[in-house]
Amino acid sequence: MVTVLERDNALRQRAWDAAANVVDPEIPVLSIADLGVLRDVVFDGDHVEVAITPTYSGCPAMNMIALEIEIALERAGFHQPKVRTVLSPAWTTDWMSEEGRRKLRAYGIAPPQASSSRRALFGEQAVVCPQCGSDKTELLSEFGSTSCKALWRCKACREPFDYFKCH
Amino acid sequence: MAVANIQVSETPLVLYALRRADDALILGHRLSEWCGHAPMLEEDMALSNIALDLIGQARELYSFAATVEGRDNDEDKLAYLRDVRQYRNLLLVEQPNGDFAQTLVRQFFYSAFADLYWRAMMNSRDATLAAIAAKSEKESAYHLRHASEWIIRLGDGTGESHARAQTAIDHLWAFTGEMFAVDDGERALIHAGIVVDPGSLRGRWLTTLSDVTREATLTLPQNEWMQQGGRSGRHSEHLGHLLSELQSMQRTFPGLTW
Repeated sequence: MVTVLERDNALRQRAWDAAANVVDPEIPVLSIADLGVLRDVVFDGDHVEVAITPTYSGCPAMNMIALEIEIALERAGFHQPKVRTVLSPAWTTDWMSEEGRRKLRAYGIAPPQASSSRRALFGEQAVVCPQCGSDKTELLSEFGSTSCKALWRCKACREPFDYFKCH
Repeated sequence: MAVANIQVSETPLVLYALRRADDALILGHRLSEWCGHAPMLEEDMALSNIALDLIGQARELYSFAATVEGRDNDEDKLAYLRDVRQYRNLLLVEQPNGDFAQTLVRQFFYSAFADLYWRAMMNSRDATLAAIAAKSEKESAYHLRHASEWIIRLGDGTGESHARAQTAIDHLWAFTGEMFAVDDGERALIHAGIVVDPGSLRGRWLTTLSDVTREATLTLPQNEWMQQGGRSGRHSEHLGHLLSELQSMQRTFPGLTW
C-alpha cells in the first residue's frame, strides 16, 4: 500500500528530476541543479511551482532557463507549471556541486575556487589551468563571455581559458 | 512622444526605491553605450557585463517600488513611461561617458559607494530590500575592483592617461555629495531601520578613494561645494537625451513586448 506521503514524495521527486535536467544555455554541460540555481519544488494543489535563484541580477540566461523548466515539466506531465524567482539567500558559487566542478573542468572552464568569502579589494587568486593543470596562469580580464566568467591565460601551455568567477 | 507619462504616488518608500532603481538603470544605460565602442574587446565585455548587473538590480528595485505602490505600475512602466523630471537618479550617473577615463572615474565613485551601501543594506528590516542588497553587494564589490584597477593603471600610467584621469576626477567631484544626502522622508525610513543612512558611509567611502588614488598618483579635490538636484528631478541637460533613446521604442510602439 502506498501512503499519501510516499506518493507526494515520488511526485515531487519526479518534478525535481525533470527540472534538474534543464541545462544552462551558456554552459550546456551544467544542469541548473549542478549550478545551485534550482532551489525548491513545491505543489500548490495539482500545480507544481519551481523556485530558482538568479546567478547574477542581470543574467540574460535566467529567462531562458525559466522557459526551459516550464517546457520540461509539461513534458513530464505536469500541467501549467510555474517558475518563481527567489533572491534570498543570494546565490553563491559555493553551492556548485562537486560533479558540476568536474564537468566544468572537463569542458575547459576552470571551476570557481573553493570559497566565495573574500573581502580584500585586490585579492590574490591562483587559478589552475583546466587544459594542462598548471597554476602558472594570469588574469586577462575580470569579465568574460558571460556574467559568471572571467578570462584567463595559462603561461605554461599558452592557452587562454574561461574561469567561472567566485561569487 | 506618443504615450502619456504615468503618475507615481511617491510615498517615502516608493521614492526611495525609485531613486536607487534610477541610479542603477541610468548608469547601466550609460555603460551600455560603450558596447561595440570600448577601447579594447575585454573592456567592451566588462562594461557591458557591469551594465547588465546594474540593469538587473534596477529591475528588482522597480518591481519592489511597484509592489509597494500597489497600483498598476510595473518595472517596465516605471522605466519607460516617466519623463525626465520624474527621474530621481544622482546627477553623477547621468553624466556623459566622455573619454574612457571619465567613464571609469564615474564608475569608481559610484561603485565605491554602492559596495558599502548595499553591504550595509543587507541588514534592512525589509526582507525584499535586504535580499536585493545581498545580490547587489556581491556585484558592486566586483565592479569596484575592476574600476579601482583601472584608476591605478590610468593614474600611474602615461602622462596622457594621468592627465585625463585627473581631469575626470576634478570634473565629476562636485556630483559626489548627492550620494550622501537624505530628505525628511528618507530620514524617517532610516529611523525605522528600513534603510541605511548614506551619510554614515562617507568616511569609509573617502578612505577607499584615498587608498586607490594615492596608489594611482592622483589627487582628490579639496573643494566642498556639491551640486545637487537629481534626487528631486532637477537634472542636467544630458538625461533628457539619454531617456529619448532609452524610451523611444515604448513611446513609439506603446506596450511593445519581445
